[in-house]
Amino acid sequence: MADTLLDIRDLKTWFKTDDGMVRAVDGIDLRIDRGETVGVVGESGCGKTVTARSVLKLIDMPPGRFESGQILWQGRDLIPLAADEMDKIRAREIAIIFQEPMTSLNPVYTVGHQIAEVVRQHEKLGHKQAREAAIEMLRLVNIPNPAKRVDDYPHQFSGGMRQRVMIAMAMSCKPKLLIADEPTTALDVTIQAQILELMQEMKERVGMSIMLITHAMGVVAETCQRVVVMYAGKVVEEAPVEALFGNPRHPYTQGLIRSIPRVDRSAEQKHRLEAIPGTVPSLLQPPPGCRFAARCKYVMDVCTKAMPPLKEAAPGHFVRCVL
Amino acid sequence: MENDQPLLSVSDLRKHFAVKAGVFSREVERVHAVDGVSFDIGRGETLGLVGESGCGKSTTGRCILRLIEPSSGAVTFQGTDVMRMDREALRSLRRDMQIIFQDPYASLNPRLTVAAIVGEALHIHGLAKTRREHEERVVQLLETVGLQPDHMRRFPHEFSGGQRQRIGIARALAVEPKLIVCDEPVSALDVSIQAQVINLLEDLQEKFSLTYLFIAHDLSVVEHISTRIAVMYLGRVVEIAPSRDLYDTPLHPYSEALLSAVPIPDPTIKRKRIMLQGDVPNPIHPPSGCHFHTRCPIARPDCAQRDPVLRESRPGHWVACHYRG
Repeated sequence: MADTLLDIRDLKTWFKTDDGMVRAVDGIDLRIDRGETVGVVGESGCGKTVTARSVLKLIDMPPGRFESGQILWQGRDLIPLAADEMDKIRAREIAIIFQEPMTSLNPVYTVGHQIAEVVRQHEKLGHKQAREAAIEMLRLVNIPNPAKRVDDYPHQFSGGMRQRVMIAMAMSCKPKLLIADEPTTALDVTIQAQILELMQEMKERVGMSIMLITHAMGVVAETCQRVVVMYAGKVVEEAPVEALFGNPRHPYTQGLIRSIPRVDRSAEQKHRLEAIPGTVPSLLQPPPGCRFAARCKYVMDVCTKAMPPLKEAAPGHFVRCVL
Repeated sequence: MENDQPLLSVSDLRKHFAVKAGVFSREVERVHAVDGVSFDIGRGETLGLVGESGCGKSTTGRCILRLIEPSSGAVTFQGTDVMRMDREALRSLRRDMQIIFQDPYASLNPRLTVAAIVGEALHIHGLAKTRREHEERVVQLLETVGLQPDHMRRFPHEFSGGQRQRIGIARALAVEPKLIVCDEPVSALDVSIQAQVINLLEDLQEKFSLTYLFIAHDLSVVEHISTRIAVMYLGRVVEIAPSRDLYDTPLHPYSEALLSAVPIPDPTIKRKRIMLQGDVPNPIHPPSGCHFHTRCPIARPDCAQRDPVLRESRPGHWVACHYRG
C-alpha cells in the first residue's frame, strides 16, 4: 500500500539473560499509515516499549537480538541497515520521545544547545541561525519567554516543560513518524492534557503519524484512531478505536476496559471493578497456548494447547482468541 | 454522643519545610507544603485527598500520623489531641492508625521474610502471646489479603508489585487499626492489578469497619473508592464534597479543570476540556491571595489580595473561592 509508513512483520526481539531467553516481543505485526495515530497499549512487560525501541534499533545488542521478522520503513527493512544509514532515519524520519524527559536530556548543556544540535544535523546552519531555530522551536511548543529559556539547563524546567523541550527536539527534524513512549505517564493530569493537545497540534502542522505507547486506556480513547493491544509479547487485539472500546473482543481487552474506574458514570451505573485475577506469565518460558489462558474466565482445553492465530473478526478488527 | 464525633479531625494543619543554604545552614526560605488544612473523617468513611504533585497531600497524611512533625495545627483522633502525645502515647496511637505506601518496593525491608514483616507489629505491641499464636495470626493475615500461607517464608523480591502491596496491607492490618492512611496505594500498579487491590481495600473496609484517608492523584480511582473528596492545591484544600457531588457539580475552578482533564476510556464521549495555562507555581513563593489565581480562568483582581476561606455552599459541599458556589 502506498500510504503505509511502517510495517512490522513477525518481529521477535528477545533478550538473553542468565535465566534464559526472555521473549519480550514474540512475533508481532503492526502497521502504521501516514497521518494516523496508533495506540499500542498493554501493561508492564507486555513488550510495547521494546517494540517501539526495536523500530529505532535502540535495543542494546547483546543482550537483545532480533530473532526474526522485518521492520519495513516505507518498504525498506531497517533490521539489516548499517549504523550510519540508521542515523539518517533517526535524524530525519522517525523521532522518539520518552516517559522521563530528564533522562533523555543532557544535564550539562543548555536546552538551546541540544535543540540546535539536532537542527544542525539535517540543515546546514551557523551557530546563530541554529540558535534562532531553537528559539523558534521552543516558541512552537508554547514555552513562555523562549528567547530567555533557550539558555536554561534541563533541571531549570518543570516535568511538563521538559516534555515540551523533547517534543521541540523531535519536531525540529519534521519527522514522518513520532514514537511517543508513555509521554505523559510521569505528568500530572492537567499537564498531561496540555501535552496531548500539543502533540495533536504538532501532528496537524507537519502531517506526521504517531505511535503512542501507553498503559492508559483513557489517553488512547481520546487520541488514537487505531489501537493495538499487547499481552505478554503478543498482539491480542487490533481495531479502530470505536470498535475496540465499543465492542472489545479479546477477554483481556474486555477485562482491561472493565477494570478502570469511570468518573463519567453516575452512582447507579457504578459497579464493583472487574479485576483480572492472577498476574502476567513469565516470558522466559511462556505457556504453549494462549498466553492469557491462565487468567481468562472463558478458558477452554484448546486454549492451553496451541496459540490461537490473529484472525479478522470484523473488517479491520483482529483478535487472537478462539472464541 | 461519642459516635457523632468524627474519628479524625484535622484543623488548620501546617507544615513548613526550611530551605537551608550557606556555611551555617541558615534557613533562607520556607516551603509551605501544607498551608492550613482542615477536615474531618467520620467512622467507616473514606475521605479521598486529591491534587497534583507537590500539593501537600502526602505531607498531610504523614503529619496526621506524626511521621513528619507538623509545624502547627491540631489533629484529634477519637477525641484525643495527637499533637501533644509523647512517644509512648504515639506508639499506642499507631495501633489505631496505620499507613500503606505507594511504592511496595521501597516500603518493605528486603532482608526480612514476609512473616517477619507482617508479624513485626504483633511483637512490638505484644499482640501474640505464644509463638504458635503469632504464626497463626500471620497466616490468617496473609489469607485475609489473598496471599498463600506458604508465602510467609519468602522475601519481598520474590513477589510482584500487586502482591507486595498486599503484604503492605497485611502489615497494616496486623494491629487491627481503625484508620488507615492509604498514600497512593495503587499508583505503581498496572490497571488490572490496581482493580484487585482497590477491591481488596473495599472488602477489608466492610469486614473490619475501617476508615480510610485515601490519598491519590488519579481522580477516577479516588472517585470510585471515596465517600467524600477533598481537593488540594498548593498546600490548601480548595473544595470538599461528597464524591458524586464533586464530580457532577464541581464548584471550584481548579476542581473543574482537574476533572475535565481526566481522560475517559470511551471514544464516543467528546467533552469540553478546560485547559489550564502553565505549571503549578513554586510552593516556596505561592501566589498571594487565592493560590490558584495565577492560573484561574475566572480570576478577578481582588483574588490576588484576599485569601478565600472554605465555606459551606450547599449542605456538605464546601468551597474556597470568592466567586463560585
